[in-house]
Amino acid sequence: MSRRWRQLLISAVVVPLASVVAGFLVGALAILVTGSDPIQAYSALFAGAFTNHNAAAETLVSSIPYVFLGLGVALGFRAGLFNIGAEGQFYVGALAGVFVAFSVHRLPGIVEVPLALLVGMAGGFFWAGIAGVLKATTGAHEVITTIMLNYISFLLASFLVNTKGLLLAPNVSTPRTPDVDPAAVLVTLIPGSRLHAGLLLALIAVPIVWFLIERTTIGFRIRAVGFNIDAARTAGISVRRTIVITMGLSGALAGLAGIVQVLGVNKHMTDTVAAGYGFDAIAVALLARSNPWGVLPAALLFGALRNGASFMQLETQVSSDLISIIQASVIVFVAAPVIVRWLLRLREAPVQTLQITQREEVETTS
Amino acid sequence: MDLDVSWGEVHALLGENGAGKSTLMNVVYGLVRPDSGEIMVDGNRVEIGSPLDAIRLGIGMVHQHFMLIPPLTVAENIILGQEGEFARGLIDVERAGAAVRKLSSDYGLAVDPRAKVEGLSVGVQQRVEILKALYKGARILILDEPTAVLTPQEVEGLFRIVRSLTDEGKAVIFITHKLAEVMAVADRITVMRQGKVVDTRKPAEASLAELARMMVGRPVLLRVERKPARPGAALLRVEGLVVHDDRRQVAVDGVDLAVRAGEIVGVAGVEGNGQDELVEAIVGLRRLQAGRVVFDDRDVSRKSTRERLHAGISYIPADRHRLGIVLELPVSDNLVLDHYGQPPFARWVVRQLKAVRTYAQRLIKAFDIRAAGPDQLVSALSGGNQQKVVVARELSTKPRVLIAAQPTRGVDVGSIEFIHQQIVSQRDAGLAVLLVSSELDEVLSLADRVAVMYRGRIVSVLEGEQIERERIGLLMAGVA
Amino acid sequence: MAELLQRIDLVGLLAATLVTATPLTLAALGGMMCERSGVVNIALEGIMLTGAFVGYAVAFTTHNLWLGVLAAMIAGTGIAAIHAVLSISLLVDQIVSGTVMNILAVGITGVFYRNFIEQATVAGPGTLPHWNVPLLSQIPVIGPIFFQNQFVTYAMLVLIVVVHFVLFRTRWGLRTRACGEHPRAAETAGINVYFVRYVNVIASGALGGLGGAYFSLQQIGNFLPNVTGGRGFIALAAMIVGKWTPLGAFLASLLFAGSDAVGSRLQIYGVHLPIQFLGMLPYVVTIVVVAGALGRAVAPAAVGRPYRKS
Repeated sequence: MSRRWRQLLISAVVVPLASVVAGFLVGALAILVTGSDPIQAYSALFAGAFTNHNAAAETLVSSIPYVFLGLGVALGFRAGLFNIGAEGQFYVGALAGVFVAFSVHRLPGIVEVPLALLVGMAGGFFWAGIAGVLKATTGAHEVITTIMLNYISFLLASFLVNTKGLLLAPNVSTPRTPDVDPAAVLVTLIPGSRLHAGLLLALIAVPIVWFLIERTTIGFRIRAVGFNIDAARTAGISVRRTIVITMGLSGALAGLAGIVQVLGVNKHMTDTVAAGYGFDAIAVALLARSNPWGVLPAALLFGALRNGASFMQLETQVSSDLISIIQASVIVFVAAPVIVRWLLRLREAPVQTLQITQREEVETTS
Repeated sequence: MDLDVSWGEVHALLGENGAGKSTLMNVVYGLVRPDSGEIMVDGNRVEIGSPLDAIRLGIGMVHQHFMLIPPLTVAENIILGQEGEFARGLIDVERAGAAVRKLSSDYGLAVDPRAKVEGLSVGVQQRVEILKALYKGARILILDEPTAVLTPQEVEGLFRIVRSLTDEGKAVIFITHKLAEVMAVADRITVMRQGKVVDTRKPAEASLAELARMMVGRPVLLRVERKPARPGAALLRVEGLVVHDDRRQVAVDGVDLAVRAGEIVGVAGVEGNGQDELVEAIVGLRRLQAGRVVFDDRDVSRKSTRERLHAGISYIPADRHRLGIVLELPVSDNLVLDHYGQPPFARWVVRQLKAVRTYAQRLIKAFDIRAAGPDQLVSALSGGNQQKVVVARELSTKPRVLIAAQPTRGVDVGSIEFIHQQIVSQRDAGLAVLLVSSELDEVLSLADRVAVMYRGRIVSVLEGEQIERERIGLLMAGVA
Repeated sequence: MAELLQRIDLVGLLAATLVTATPLTLAALGGMMCERSGVVNIALEGIMLTGAFVGYAVAFTTHNLWLGVLAAMIAGTGIAAIHAVLSISLLVDQIVSGTVMNILAVGITGVFYRNFIEQATVAGPGTLPHWNVPLLSQIPVIGPIFFQNQFVTYAMLVLIVVVHFVLFRTRWGLRTRACGEHPRAAETAGINVYFVRYVNVIASGALGGLGGAYFSLQQIGNFLPNVTGGRGFIALAAMIVGKWTPLGAFLASLLFAGSDAVGSRLQIYGVHLPIQFLGMLPYVVTIVVVAGALGRAVAPAAVGRPYRKS
C-alpha cells in the first residue's frame, strides 16, 4: 500500500472510527458515574436504533435531515465558512416550502413535490445568503450573523405559524400550519413505517454535492477559496461572489432538509419542527471531515443515536441526553487528532488540526 | 555563521530579503530557537529561550513590522510586560506617563505618552519602539529594517538617534538592505547572503557597487543565449501610476512605463521600493490612486483581475506559496488555476478533468516538471518544480504580456536556467515581458531594457550599452 | 405623573429589566475577558447551563445555596478549562471547540439531571434571599430597582465595575488586551501569551457559571433541561453590541432584557402587537452592529486565531 493511500486511510477512516469508539467509551464512563450499566444502556441503544420493530426504518427517517444538513455545513467548510445557522435555514426552507405545499391543489405530485422542494431550497438559500452577503461586503463574521439569523428565524416561524391569516391553520388546538396537499406528500417507502422517499433524495444529494464540489467550476472556486484565499484572488477568482454562492448553497441544502422533513414526516409545520437537527449537523460535517461521502455514515450514526436514545432512556433510566456527551466527545477526537494519534500510537495520523474558518478579512476593494 | 558586535558601535547587517538577517536576530531575541551554536554577551555564554530572557540580558529589538498594539497608548505600549512600579494595584497612568516623558526627553525622542499608537505616523511609532526597548534597559539594540517605512527626513532623525545611543556606549545592530544607509551610519558592515556571512568591512574599505555585488551577486553567473530583441508595438503601458501600500502610504509614485511586444523590460531595484505594488496594480489586485493601465491600447484600469488575465496578461507572483499555487490541490488543478472555467477545461460549469489531465501531462513534459503525475499534490514538489508549475501555467495560455515577479526566487540553478530560457524564447515569439527581480544578475542576463526603481519611482531606464552592473548598482542605491 | 408611573408600573418594568439582564451581563463580561485575550467563547451557553445545573445540584445536596453559587462558578471554569485546552494548546478551531462544549453541556446536565434530580422527591433548596440595602432601598424609584435584589444581581453590578477596572486599569488587563490585539507583540514584550489566555478563558467560565446560578438559584429555585434557552448567545450579542466594554455590554443587556420585559407585559395587557418582532430586536441589532452600520464594532484584532510560537 502506497504511503499516500495509507495516510488517506488513516485520516479518513481510522481516526474517525477511533474517535467514534473513544466517544462511546467516554459515554460509558458517564453512564458508570450515574450508576447505570453501560452494556445494558448500549444494548438498549442498539435495539432502539436497529433491531426493534420498525427501528431501522425510524433510524433512517432520522438520518435523512442529517444527510442534507451535514452536506450543507460541509459545503460551507470547504470554502472556509462556518455555517452555524443550518437550524434557522431549515426553518425558513420549511416555512417557504410548506406554504407552497398547502397552497397548491389539484396538481400531480410530480409537479407539486419538486415545486415545494425548490421553494424550500430557495428559502434556505436566501436566508443563508444574507449572512454571505454581509460577510462579502462588510466582513461581518458568518458565525455571529448565522447565530442571530437562527433566532430571528425561530421567532419568524413562531409569528407566521401563530398568526391568523398567515400560516395558521383554522380550527386547530395547537398552532400549526394547514396540512400539505396530499399530492405533495413524499410517498412512504415501507408500508407501516414512516420511511419516506426523502431517503432516495438524500442518497441522490450525496453524489450531486460531491460532483458539485469536485467536478464543477463552482466547486473548484469554493475549494480554492477555502484552501488559499490569496492565491484564489490572484488567479482572478472573485472571492466575494464565491462566499455568497457557497453560503447560499449551504443554506439551500439546509432548507431542503426542512421541507423534506415536512413533506415526508410532519405533513405540516409547527414552530418546533427542527428540534436541534441543524446544530447536530455541525457535528455530522465535522465527523465526515467535510467529505460528502463521509456525510452518509456520519448521518446514519447520528440518526441511530437520536433514534435509539429514547428507547435507551425508557429501558435503562439513562437520559437520552447521553448521546450529546458521545457526540461532543467524538468531535473533540476528530477535531484534535493529536489525541487519537497519541492514543493509538500512530505516527502517520494527521498532526494538523482541522482548519475551518477563514480568519482573513475579506478585502472589500477587490 | 559568526558575528561579533562591540559596545559603542553601529554594526550593519546587510543582505537581500531572505538572506537570513532577520532569522538571526530573532534567534538573538529568543523568538526562534537555534539548531546549534551559542550566543555570548560580555564574554559570557547565555541561554536565550524567550524574549524575556533577552530583555533581562539587555537586548532590545525593533522589529520590521512594529510590535506595537495599536489601540493602546504610547505609555501602555512602553511599559507593557515590565509594568513594575507603575502597576501595583491599578496602573498609575500619570506616573508612567511622566516616566515616559522623561525617557523621551533624555534621548530627544519626542512622543506624547497619552496618544494612542494607532493614530501615530510610522516615524513616531518607531520612536515608541526604540523608547520601549530603552525603557526595558536595552544595551544592545537591534533595528530590523528600520528605514523601510520612513521618509528621508525621518531617516535623518533616526541616524541621529542611533549615533547618540552609541555615544553612550550602547551597541546597535542595524539590519538593512539599503546600501546608502549602511555607508551613512555603520561603523562596520557585515554582508549576508543565503544564510552565510560573505564578509565584514569598514565603510571606508568598501564601495557601494562592491557591496551591491556582494549582496545580490550569484556565485555562478548565468548567461542566457539570446538574440537581440526586435520589439514591436507597446502592448502594456502604465501612465502616471500612483498606488498605496497596505499601510496606505504612497508606494508607487507616478510611474510611467511601456513594454513592447518581443522585449523584456527588467525592473531592477532593492526590494521594498514599490515593485510589488506596481505589479499588483497592473494585474488588478491593488487599487489605483491615480493613473491608468493600458493593455493593447485599451484602458483596463477598471477591469477585474480575471478579465485582465483572460484578456492576455499572465502573472507570475513573487510569493509562490501564498499567491502562486494552492498547496492542497494537485499539480493538474494548479496548472489551470486561472483558466479552469474555460474550454476545453470546462463545459458550461462542468470541469473536464480528462482535458485538464491531458493538458497537465503535456505541460509537465514540456516544462520538465518533476512530478509523479498530474494527480500529485503540488505540496509534494520541490520549490523549483512548484515554480515551474506556475511558469508553465502562465506561459501556456498564449499570453501577450507576462508580468514576472521574482520568477526564480528560491529555485535551484537548473530550474533557473530552464525558466530563463522559457521566458526568452517566448519573447522571441512576440511576448511582452515585465520582469521584476531583486536579483541583479537575473535582470542583467535577461532584460533588453532596464528600469531602475527607487522609492516608488522609475529613476532611470537604461538600454543596450548603458546596461552595466556598476551603474545599475548605484541607481538602485539611490546615489546616481 | 406619579399616577401614570404607577399605572404602567415603570418601576416594576425597570426592576424586572435589571433582573433579566443579570445573566446576560455576567456571561457578556465573561465573554469579554475571554475575547479580549484573543479567544472566542461561544461556549458561554454551555458554561451557563452547566453552572445552573451544578449550582442547583450542590445546593440541593448540601442545602446550602451559597455552596451552590460557588459550585456553579467552579463548574463554569471546568467547561471553560476544556475549551482552553482544546483551543489554546491543541489548536482546535475556537468555534468548533465552543460548539462542542455547548453540546457537551447539554449532555452532562441532561444525564445527571435525570439521575439525580428529576426523581428526587424532597423539596428543593429554594432561591437566594432578597436583600434590601438599608436606607438605599427606601429611595423612591432607585431603591426598588437597584437595592431590593438578590445576590447574583448585586454581584453583577459589582462585577461590571470590577471587570472594567481589571481590563482597563490593571497590569493584568493591559496584558490581556495586548494578547488579544497582537499576541506576537505581547510575546516580544516578555509576556506568556498562553498563560494570559488560559487564565482569561477560565475566568470567563467563572463569570458564566455565576450567570448560570442566576437561573437555578435566583430565578426559579430549580433546574430544568436547557433552562438557559440561548441566553449565552444573546450575551455574546450584548458583548458585541457593547463593543467589548463592560458598561457597553451592560447597557446592551438592559436593552435586550428590556425588550423582553416589555414584550411579556404587552402580552399580559393583551396588546395585539406581534411580540416576536420585539423578540427579534437583540438579534437584528447585533447583525446591524457586526455589519458595521452603527460605526465599526472593533473586535480584538487577534480574536479567533490560535497562537503558535515560531
